[in-house]
Amino acid sequence: MSTAAAYQAGPPEPLAPGEGGDVRLSLPALVRSQPRILFAGGLLLLLVLTALLAPAISGHDPILTDPDNALLAPSRGHWMGTDELGRDLLARVLWGGRVSLPVAFVAVVVGLSVGGLTGLVAGYRGRVTDLLLMRAVDAILAFPALILAIAIVSALGPSLRNAMIAIGIVQIPVYARLTRAQVLQLKGLDFVAAARALGASPLRLVARHLVPNLLNPLIVQVSLSAAFAILAEATLSFLGLGAQPPTPDWGFMINDGSRFLANGAWWLALAPGLAICLAVFGFNWLGDSLRDALDPRLRR
Amino acid sequence: MAPVAFLVSVAVFLLIHLTPGDPAAIILGEEGSASTIAALHKELGLDQPLTTQYAIWIARVLHGDLGSSLRTHQPVTQAIGERLPATLELGLAALLWSLAVAIPLGTVAALRRGSLLDVLASGFTVAGVSVPNFFIGILLILLMGLALRLFPVGGFVPFTEDPFQNLRHLLLPALTLGTAGAAINMRFTRSSMIEVLGQDYIRTARAKGAPWLRVVRAHALKNALIPVVTVVGIQVGSIIEGALVTETVFSWPGVGKLAVDGIFGRDYPVIQGIVLIAALSYMVANLLVDLTYAYLDPRITYS
Repeated sequence: MSTAAAYQAGPPEPLAPGEGGDVRLSLPALVRSQPRILFAGGLLLLLVLTALLAPAISGHDPILTDPDNALLAPSRGHWMGTDELGRDLLARVLWGGRVSLPVAFVAVVVGLSVGGLTGLVAGYRGRVTDLLLMRAVDAILAFPALILAIAIVSALGPSLRNAMIAIGIVQIPVYARLTRAQVLQLKGLDFVAAARALGASPLRLVARHLVPNLLNPLIVQVSLSAAFAILAEATLSFLGLGAQPPTPDWGFMINDGSRFLANGAWWLALAPGLAICLAVFGFNWLGDSLRDALDPRLRR
Repeated sequence: MAPVAFLVSVAVFLLIHLTPGDPAAIILGEEGSASTIAALHKELGLDQPLTTQYAIWIARVLHGDLGSSLRTHQPVTQAIGERLPATLELGLAALLWSLAVAIPLGTVAALRRGSLLDVLASGFTVAGVSVPNFFIGILLILLMGLALRLFPVGGFVPFTEDPFQNLRHLLLPALTLGTAGAAINMRFTRSSMIEVLGQDYIRTARAKGAPWLRVVRAHALKNALIPVVTVVGIQVGSIIEGALVTETVFSWPGVGKLAVDGIFGRDYPVIQGIVLIAALSYMVANLLVDLTYAYLDPRITYS
């Protein structure tokens, strides 16, 4: 519904010759045009590394309880303090990255593969296929994203796996619409007609000529929706609909910690909250700077 | 819109059938015996074929009957109706806060591009969309509620009972809910304002000697706010969505809290009802946004 307005208000400017052809930019060239990519990528790499190296960074067990050391404030022995069961918070925050980051990855893969394929088929086949597929996509889009994710999880039952499925489903429309719009635009261009005239099979046409030209906007979207997925997973887990205890999950840890705010144990909610902010910020930042670097209309 | 509304109703109806296994057995949990499960089957109409179930359900929904809560046996429409004013109050206050921040800040950032204020404003934009709103709520509780003891950290007092206490309880949840919206609206105001300021008619207005402030207010801002109307409209349509988390954090007795309680009580009629209403208000808001957009900007036409 709202796309009609968007198309009318700002039709994409036609690309100048040669402007859109340069689709495979090298990484160094990208970084040169937008140095922010390096910083955002570095931040994300750091987060991934700390999650991977969690056992080496903190010697504490993230799950084993130690009631004698419950609710200790941050100190030399426990840099971020301990929770109500005496577990080291730093260890739990680090291990939490091993939960949140893969969840975001899987949710994005679900959205990208299902949504991307839907958009590709709808845009390429057109007519009735397009109409039916896009109506289904519109139906998903008719729900506010978080409401739909919560509804799905409440039906399937609260668990990390079901949260991943729900977040993935919610992401389908954005990929479907993005891919379809790109395919529709590309289909009308001369190089596609030329490839078809040379006798390229539909599969070859899609795989060799359409998909490579779709990648730029999709890469940007992947980064932005990874940010959304981390936020959504944290929200579901905060509500108790995602990871279940004793899994060290950032969203759930905040929920857990919020019960001890009045006791003065502020660190319990603060540490996992900052971790979420860093991860979401990293992906948003990377997505924004990639868009600035990859969009030929913004490239100057 | 009609086919989409139909698909949405089917999806909401099927929600209960997504449950792995027998929904009645899951709802009743461990307390369910064969006879209570059979009775619930009958109450929910689960013993009928799926198409019949849908026909009965949609006919009821169209007559404004969303069924009754499985726990309290209160009609769902009544339960939602009782809690809707609290949610709307929260949503409206959050919207006012977001616009009060976004429009002045976005305008000044656009007028003084590259200034320190612009840099700070874009920092706020990125932060506003990167911080989960339940975390904003917890930070506010820590700072304003527990450290400075300025505001209550949860609960609700009806406006009719004590307007002052009502507003005191409203402030922190409204700030929590409105901050992400403020960041998004500011980004839109800024970019739209920058675009408008580059237009010929702004140069014309300045050339004919109109005072700068008047040009900004009457010529630029009025036009720059048109795209902002779009996002704000969609935010109004998704009040229930945002309220879910905020109401949970602050024990605000609105529709969002009702939904979350419903999920943990496996109260499917309540969940279905709220999801349906959330989706419909979101769809209507989208439609109204499109129509308003065409009205505000006569260059847009719908075929």
